[in-house]
Amino acid sequence: MTVHPLSTGTQPAGDEAPIVLSVEHLSLDFRLRTEILHAVRDVSFVLRRGETLCLVGESGSGKSVTARALLRILDRNGAITGGRILLGNQGEEIDVAALSDRDPKLLQIRGGRIGLIFQEPMSSLSPVHTIGSQIIEALRLHRRMDKKQARAETIELLRQVEIPNPDKMVDRYTFEFSGGMRQRAMIAMALAADPDILIADEPTTALDVTTQAEILDLIKRLQVSRGMAMLLITHDMGVVAEVADAVAVMRYGRIVEAGSAEDIFHDARHPYTVRLLNSTVKLEQNQRTAARAETSTQARQPVLSVRNLSKVYGASSAWFGGNSHALKAVDDVSLDLYPGENLGIVGESGSGKTTLGRLILRTVEPSAGTVTYHGAGAPMDVTALSKQGLKAFHRDVRLVFQDPFASLNPRMTVKEIIGDPLYVSGKMRGAAIEARVAELLTLVGLDPMAMERYPHAFSGGQRQRIGIARALALDPKIIIADEATAALDVSIRAQILDLLLDIQQKLGLSFIFISHDISVVRYFCDRVAVMRLGKLVEVGTAEQICTQPQHPYTQSLISAVPNPDPRNKRMLHRTRYVA
Amino acid sequence: MLAHTFIEGTPETGPAVSSLQAGKPIETAVAGPWRLIWTKFARNKVALVAGVIILALYLIGLFAEFLAPALPDAARPQFTNAPPQELRLFVTEQDGSQRFQLHVTGYTMSVDQVSLRRSYVIDENAVVPIGFLVKGAPYKLWGLFPSDVHLLGPLKSTDTMYLLGTDKLGRDLLSRLIHGTRVSMSIGLIGVAISLCLGVTLGAISGFYGGVVDLVIQRIIEVISSMPTIPLWLGLAAAIPLSWSPLTVYFLITLIVSLFGWTGLAREVRGRFFALRGEDFVTAARLDGSSERRLIFRHIMPSLTSHILAVVTLALPTMIVAETALSFLGIGLKAPVVSWGVLLQDAQNVRTIAGAPWLLMWPAGAVVLTVLAYNFLGDGLRDAADPYES
Repeated sequence: MTVHPLSTGTQPAGDEAPIVLSVEHLSLDFRLRTEILHAVRDVSFVLRRGETLCLVGESGSGKSVTARALLRILDRNGAITGGRILLGNQGEEIDVAALSDRDPKLLQIRGGRIGLIFQEPMSSLSPVHTIGSQIIEALRLHRRMDKKQARAETIELLRQVEIPNPDKMVDRYTFEFSGGMRQRAMIAMALAADPDILIADEPTTALDVTTQAEILDLIKRLQVSRGMAMLLITHDMGVVAEVADAVAVMRYGRIVEAGSAEDIFHDARHPYTVRLLNSTVKLEQNQRTAARAETSTQARQPVLSVRNLSKVYGASSAWFGGNSHALKAVDDVSLDLYPGENLGIVGESGSGKTTLGRLILRTVEPSAGTVTYHGAGAPMDVTALSKQGLKAFHRDVRLVFQDPFASLNPRMTVKEIIGDPLYVSGKMRGAAIEARVAELLTLVGLDPMAMERYPHAFSGGQRQRIGIARALALDPKIIIADEATAALDVSIRAQILDLLLDIQQKLGLSFIFISHDISVVRYFCDRVAVMRLGKLVEVGTAEQICTQPQHPYTQSLISAVPNPDPRNKRMLHRTRYVA
Repeated sequence: MLAHTFIEGTPETGPAVSSLQAGKPIETAVAGPWRLIWTKFARNKVALVAGVIILALYLIGLFAEFLAPALPDAARPQFTNAPPQELRLFVTEQDGSQRFQLHVTGYTMSVDQVSLRRSYVIDENAVVPIGFLVKGAPYKLWGLFPSDVHLLGPLKSTDTMYLLGTDKLGRDLLSRLIHGTRVSMSIGLIGVAISLCLGVTLGAISGFYGGVVDLVIQRIIEVISSMPTIPLWLGLAAAIPLSWSPLTVYFLITLIVSLFGWTGLAREVRGRFFALRGEDFVTAARLDGSSERRLIFRHIMPSLTSHILAVVTLALPTMIVAETALSFLGIGLKAPVVSWGVLLQDAQNVRTIAGAPWLLMWPAGAVVLTVLAYNFLGDGLRDAADPYES
């Protein structure tokens, strides 16, 4: 294998920003129970002042480990086996890889020279200290300020990360902040010591699209104004296109392709990069309109009708009469699902989309409203069903879960998992179950021989296939997929969506597809319902919602979705919705 | 700006790995959860040794009649508080030659006329030959199979052998200790079995249903665990009529001990149920149409079995200690039943400890060994219980 330089290898020194950090041939090994994993192999890149390098890759590609190696915060079973990490320091260079674990220089570098933002701000901020005290601590440590100075500086930092009323928020605790606010506080903390380099490890993955757009905006602006170098780690090609100057694509511990954002997105050479881009871009189109000409939905009888469905939490008459904190999770929602249709429900976290799914299945009892199911027999009022009736309803309407790791019982074999609904329904026993499980596994593209194995032997995508096979076991009419692809890598995501579309064609199912990911919904659904704060904001065909949204909230939501094309950055001219 | 570079060649299909030792192939064994638990457990050598000790103790208890040289109640008034005899291998013949013969030496006993204390001196000339699988006192194994074969004993059935000494009635301590093993080890098992049923059932119900049910069960647990145990045991044990047979008393004592031992297990199980009932796979099973009983026993319980096993292993020694304490205080098991606690009862006064320290040493040693072994085993099991952790 050879490394191919494409454009000119040596850059003219004049118009290039100075190098702050360069990684040369870095290799990392992890000692596992049965083998040695070469998590990072021969990785080289440079970070320049004022520029952003995006490290892209799917889970397990070694991108996070590489970033952690820069700060030398590896797990105990990991070790740097080769290469250098050169950190420029006013003329002289420090090799971070060669420092000993207890070197005082290392402590200076961590937090001082290199700031780090984690994916999950809740778990990286202490819940028992105020936001202020955590930032003040960093300031006192790294910039040797006294208490008063540090407090003033903290308030200034919070102002810079656009937290409103910073002089009040400084004394608040983490749990009083929303996800986006926490991430802002985390950024303020990373910036506290005025670092040269900012490492952001999936900083927006846990956030909603609109919040993601704001945070990315903020990071980008701060980076430019402070002239920091940034290493952004992400799996989302859309985010890369929006913020990257340079891109390095990692796979199985190696950088398979590196170059400017322009090179990578419009002149990709490595087959993996091409595939990654294809699966991202593919989701930008609607598969359904291409697959089916026109379905005059209005003329037909809906298979499921939801009327004025509401769920109120905390409103039940408490002992002391107070119900001022009633939360309307779902507020007066009416929907229709037609046979053979894919209905998408999109919304940000807290919009009530998951609760809506649970209300339809009645795993959560609705406060008001009706759900009517038009199955084989007479129309069923789901909200009035008895326990037995509900069981029959659950045979026709199935759920596919978000997390393929949590939704499969680790102590049961695949055969037992998929066969369980068959066994419980009393339809079949023994060899008949085995034959049906084999059939289902073939249908979802898995080897029937795998049925004796336990779920932990499968990858995320394979597990989701098992979950789908379980949902299909009882020949359902409707499948509710609750963020069914959210936990999967981009390339796997496209595969699973194609699988679902394929199965739908074969079995004539209807889907309710709940997702926060607009591109997935656009790819998969015929019609899309947009939810906000429990209310249905807009319903329309997927194409209309994505290209000509009517409601201002939908407009802001759609415009916040990152576009995987660096020539056409969508976020720069996005619209903001003010409620 | 970064120069555009890429790697050519066929794309790799998996992460790069190599074996721990160069040249050895990578093992990718497919193992079920129990297999994984076992491999993880087997790496903890201390726990493994503890497990072997526990197993050995149960085997001793199981074949107590066969392993004990004498009957536990066979008293010889002429040998009260006799010190332990040494097991020797060679006999010196009268002509001075040495001959292999397993034996112990006899005693000569003298009585101090003032204090009436007996003192024993080893008599080198009185050789008591010892053999394996000898005929001795007749017994019925498990009360069913009549036999008179003992693993180790004097060749002549009228001779005596006291490897660990005797008690104040001249009974062989070794035989009593072996018979005591049966009672002491099994009282833990039966006690824990009862606690297990109570704890798992109530904990599962409490954790699975939550709400009012949970509230009631938790308050009951709190009330029970807030009671001072020793006075309570004392009271309950004192209420047992003296006329009842030792066997009934034995079962009653187990019941009393276990009625207060289930609370910890119940809390543990409840906590795990609380965590697991919200898991997606439980919701999935519910939507599959599983009944609540099936949810509890088929879907949630298997995730707990290894934890329950670990908790039980840690609960066993507390049961054993509880029985020992009760019997030591004289309100637990009573003669003729033999348990370690009953044996320790003989070592209650300073005079015994000064004159016959073996009466304290061996039964106490047995209790300490068992409790330690159980704790190590339990720790090992608990660490191994979650095979998917690393």
